[in-house]
Amino acid sequence: MKQTPPLSPSTFNGSSTYIATADLKLAVNAALTLQRPLLIKGEPGTGKTMLAEEVASALKMPLLQWHIKSTTKAQQGLYEYDAVSRLRDSQLGDAKVNDIRNYIIKGVLWQAFEAEEPTVLLIDEIDKADIEFPNDLLREIDRMEFYVYETRELIRAKHRPLVIITSNNEKELPDAFLRRCFFHYIAFPDAATMRSIVAVHHPNLQADLLAAALQSFYQIRSLPGLKKKPSTSELIDWLKLLLADGVSPAALYQSEENVLIPPLHGALLKNEQDLQLFERLVLMNRNHR
Amino acid sequence: MLIDFFSQLKKAKIPVSILEFLTLLEALKQGVITPSIDAFYQLARLTLVKDEQYFDRFDQVFGAYFQGIENIITLQPEIPLAWLEKQLQRVLTAEEKAALQKLGGPEALKKRLAELMQEQKGRHEGGKKWLGTGGSSPFGNAGYHPEGIRLGGESAGNRTAIKVWEAREFKDYDSNLALSSRNIKIALRRLRRFARTGSALEFDLDKTIHSTAANAGMLDIQMRPERHNQVKVLLLMDVGGSMDDHVARVAELFSAAKSEFKHLEHYYFHNCVYERLWQSNRRRRDQISATQDIINTYSADYKLIFVGDATMSPYEILSPGGSVEFDNRESGAAWLKRLLNHFPHYAWLNPEPEAVWQYRQSIEMVQNLLQGKMYPVTLAGLESAMRQLSK
Repeated sequence: MKQTPPLSPSTFNGSSTYIATADLKLAVNAALTLQRPLLIKGEPGTGKTMLAEEVASALKMPLLQWHIKSTTKAQQGLYEYDAVSRLRDSQLGDAKVNDIRNYIIKGVLWQAFEAEEPTVLLIDEIDKADIEFPNDLLREIDRMEFYVYETRELIRAKHRPLVIITSNNEKELPDAFLRRCFFHYIAFPDAATMRSIVAVHHPNLQADLLAAALQSFYQIRSLPGLKKKPSTSELIDWLKLLLADGVSPAALYQSEENVLIPPLHGALLKNEQDLQLFERLVLMNRNHR
Repeated sequence: MLIDFFSQLKKAKIPVSILEFLTLLEALKQGVITPSIDAFYQLARLTLVKDEQYFDRFDQVFGAYFQGIENIITLQPEIPLAWLEKQLQRVLTAEEKAALQKLGGPEALKKRLAELMQEQKGRHEGGKKWLGTGGSSPFGNAGYHPEGIRLGGESAGNRTAIKVWEAREFKDYDSNLALSSRNIKIALRRLRRFARTGSALEFDLDKTIHSTAANAGMLDIQMRPERHNQVKVLLLMDVGGSMDDHVARVAELFSAAKSEFKHLEHYYFHNCVYERLWQSNRRRRDQISATQDIINTYSADYKLIFVGDATMSPYEILSPGGSVEFDNRESGAAWLKRLLNHFPHYAWLNPEPEAVWQYRQSIEMVQNLLQGKMYPVTLAGLESAMRQLSK
């Protein structure tokens, strides 16, 4: 593990466009110092993918992204051998056919390994892939090297990249893989953190509009039985709409006697059943009084 | 000393490994954190716990282990230092801890603290009400109370330190699942039948070599369709009544099956199958499918899987009109037989533990009807069911 030179000793402290809690900063810095992958989980919309972008820009490291789909194979991250075009070129008598290197297409991991400076490598939504996918990447992530059978060469990382892996918990990850990672769960932000997140995205929001909007947001989140609770990114979208619409704080303000359906609530609740449930609950409340 | 902490985590059934423990020690050596207990808490959780469902258990172990170790506190001038000096560490039993009543939210605590500040005149220790150390009063340090205020700390008044590990924020995520969805999916994978159908998208090397050779060396590329899992599953699930105890496990099984099989059809029944089934429990009154139609719709290569506890009174199976819900003209047994005749591959998954099966008459009867193809909802049971189905 010691063959590769260490990363430059910089630390991540959040950025002007991304609010990171103390434990998240610690997680990133521990992963940087100890050169381990960092696995990020959390509710959808809590900024898992954005973290890699922000870390890369804050530390001025290039960002390489690998978005995982259900059909992605581990090998595709290393390299692919394009046998078909080599075969075609051989038919046409192309000179480059003699060198197999011309037909090896480098994957994201290879690019990260051969980069001249340390990079941030984002493996996004690893849980989308096949259930064995993480196991196939164990050695590559652990030892930071892999073997290219076609050219018989060993590719070893010049600098260990900072690997950030996100997961939405659709599949559980194998233990052997987890043991090698740091794990951070992005908890849903409390009202104070939320206020500073919103301030970063909408600096001109009137304070009372924000207070009223946050209040109804947390009320909606606390409703029992919602299929998909609104998350940070939905709140930010909703605020954008409220601002664009010029809604006054009074329209949002909910008192005990006066329970309202907040305007544009379709931006918060994206599930038809949730919307119906919410409207029913509000009506029920009103009829009770 | 940390080895002790590690073994306590292990004892609390948090899956920690030596590799992770060494990582933690290395992180400490490299000075990732400034020496404070909060940072250590975060670092330890980051390295040792890999699933948020264990966060709560980790918080409890951490709280128990480090209770009393922390005494680096700067004090407010209003409270004399001597009161809070750690003199005595009362070890509370679990019952005592449970008996401690919460005083109400942080606001209530603050108010009470203010009142006590007025009343209290001297040093106090090990008690239950006054400010001091080592007791179970919500105020002071090194003591135990479910929702305490730690005195000292930051500038403005008392810091409302319902600390992370004492607040136990991650309580909801803890679940002691015997069957995780990953396990279920791996078990369900045994039921696979690959076939090539659809449009030709994949390069077929062997055929290309053949036809290129036949084409006097001029390239003739051959393509073929991709391999897909062609297994088809018809899932019939028991809902309501005695199945309520098993809802969580069956839901887990269902969601795993849904993501694993492309061709999955599901219907619900209550206790036993009769002439009608339904696809949505909300609309079971108006969206009913006749069982005969289902038999006619799905071909015999569908694998039929029942999920139910088969716990009912015997005549719900045996006699016409025995259903608890409506007047069935034919007995449940007749309908079961009809289904089993049409679908040669079938299995019944029973969430009740296998040990109680022999004491329930109806389970035995269903088992006989199914020729013993009933399996418990455990990993081993699922695996043998899938093996049997793929024969």
